[in-house]
Amino acid sequence: MPIIIKTITGRGVPVRGNDIDTDRIIPARFLRCVTFDGLGAHAFEDDRKQLTAQGKTHPFDEARFQGAKVLVANSNFGCGSSREHAPQAIAKWGITAIVAVSYSEIFYGNCIAMGVPCLKVSVADSDAIQSLIEADPKVEVTIDLEALQVRVGAKTFVAQMADGPRKQFVTGAWDATGELIEGAAAVKAAAGRLPYVTNFA
Amino acid sequence: MSKGTLFDKVWDLHTVRPLSSGQTQLFIGLHLIHEVTSPQAFAMLRERGLKVPYPERTVATVDHIVPTEDQARPYADTQAEEMMVHIARNCKEFGIRLYEPGSGKQGVVHIIAPEQGLTQPGMTVACGDSHTATHGAFGAIAFGIGTSQVRDVLATQTLSLGRMKVRKVQVDGKLNPGVYAKDVILHILRKLSAKGGTGFAYEFAGSTFAAMTMEERMTICNMAIEGGARCGYINPDETTFAYLKGREHAPSGANWDKAVAYWKSIASDTDAVYDDVKAFRAEDIAPTVTWGISPDHGVGVGESIPAKESFTQDDWATVEEAYQYMDVKAGQPIAGMKIDVAFIGSCTNGRISDLREAAKVITAHGGQVASHVKAFIVPGSEAVKKVAEAEGLDKVFLKHGFEWREAGCSMCLAMNPDKLQGRQVSASSSNRNFKGRQGSPSGRTLLMSPAMVAIAALEGKVADVRTVLK
Repeated sequence: MPIIIKTITGRGVPVRGNDIDTDRIIPARFLRCVTFDGLGAHAFEDDRKQLTAQGKTHPFDEARFQGAKVLVANSNFGCGSSREHAPQAIAKWGITAIVAVSYSEIFYGNCIAMGVPCLKVSVADSDAIQSLIEADPKVEVTIDLEALQVRVGAKTFVAQMADGPRKQFVTGAWDATGELIEGAAAVKAAAGRLPYVTNFA
Repeated sequence: MSKGTLFDKVWDLHTVRPLSSGQTQLFIGLHLIHEVTSPQAFAMLRERGLKVPYPERTVATVDHIVPTEDQARPYADTQAEEMMVHIARNCKEFGIRLYEPGSGKQGVVHIIAPEQGLTQPGMTVACGDSHTATHGAFGAIAFGIGTSQVRDVLATQTLSLGRMKVRKVQVDGKLNPGVYAKDVILHILRKLSAKGGTGFAYEFAGSTFAAMTMEERMTICNMAIEGGARCGYINPDETTFAYLKGREHAPSGANWDKAVAYWKSIASDTDAVYDDVKAFRAEDIAPTVTWGISPDHGVGVGESIPAKESFTQDDWATVEEAYQYMDVKAGQPIAGMKIDVAFIGSCTNGRISDLREAAKVITAHGGQVASHVKAFIVPGSEAVKKVAEAEGLDKVFLKHGFEWREAGCSMCLAMNPDKLQGRQVSASSSNRNFKGRQGSPSGRTLLMSPAMVAIAALEGKVADVRTVLK
């Protein structure tokens, strides 16, 4: 059964900073594994440890943000390595949707394939949403893929998502494997048209 | 919207059908897999009872976790050993070719596929690795994917994707001595930023790229992803065809001419339309070194670390974080910055021409690796290692105090025993200077060309390679 995702509501967690790469989200040493199990505990591990050593606290460690479902980031989130371990770690920590100014495309594609919607908002709005959550960590955050909005308490922000991925979520087609398999005959035909597949015959 | 570019032609040729969401079902001509991002994909196939309908279109190797010193099995790292066991079992079960150490064909996935002639113009290439962009050097549309998408390619030979825009990145003119492909791409990243290419495929065009060898073109396309462009490519030409001719998996005999005709047909038309164009002059590019924590934090070796005000205000926080992490100040010259480790290798710069250039610099300098520096050279593949040894390059390296290793990804991402310790500073020919990238959570990376790494190793600090190349 396809899982339709139209809205997600829960508390938020702000992770500030541009260009947060997937090595920071999950350091490479945790990629020495054959399943994604247990990655949630190591999300942002080195950033968290370094902040702790400086007497500060990473949002993923702050008591007030535990149980959050919506991660709010800034520009170029998830850049760098294609490792799906990064969104898997975030998801296993408890995140089910992400709001940011922009994403690396591979990270974004991984999130679609995992059923984690990623909405885009303006630079000013990402900062405003993060500030609202920091001021009131209990505030309810809703991402709405039909209205293309992020609602934080009584405030509403305009959000964007390309039409293709948006439709994938609202129709439950984000897990594309089934539909890709259904196209097997068309795949065979397409392969037959490619000179290198037919050995230039 | 772009029209008549190589991207448009290859995309259209590989379009199977539109999906209900409006995304495109795209056929993948060459699927490459390695031990890190594939085990979960095979597990998903088993969970869902799926088969691999086109096993001959997937090729596997091992590179990320492979030790570059002691390769005796079982590996000391039991998790790495488990991953090796898994990929061998998975490939056997699903009928996929696997090039393991000792086969003569193992190496960094983005190095072995081109050297065996697997990567060809006009193909779509996907791999669970962001540096798949490398294969665009041949005029292929090549991009990195995640593990769920590896599952989709294995199960269907296709992906669900949205079309990208196309930006022409034009560089014309002749590079000055001591300026390499690595400097060109670091310069482009610096000018277009790490996120500037998001949503775009980069077409690298102009006389500078036309004059480059295939290996240099691979260095360029490899780092398109560091600029946010999921793929980068260069139109195929006689240089491309000459490289491919005679390689194991390249077309041969009567098929060769037909293949060349196809390859020529998919090149961008002279009147192609682009979504955007950016242009640079080769003469403006100097040997470039990164000083910060993003590959777009580059400066010419004669320059100083830039003030935050030279960046857009939105990036000031990141720039300040970079100063703090790297322990540098705006206005400080990059030349003279002390290094602890020198690494030559990776899918960016681990090919034979990179090693030849490093050897040339080392010989011209004539000195030994500085006493406080650990320097090591990791060939990108078993084939590269063999050629290097036949040419005696290994002897040059060893004589001057460099270590000579077995093929693998090594300290590019440090998933193997090659890691920085503590706050060490590395001069690295790899592609990413992210925080913690080279294995120590507080380690620091300066990206540069292999020639610049070689001179840094000998001098013990960032130095200008042009001083020995006169």
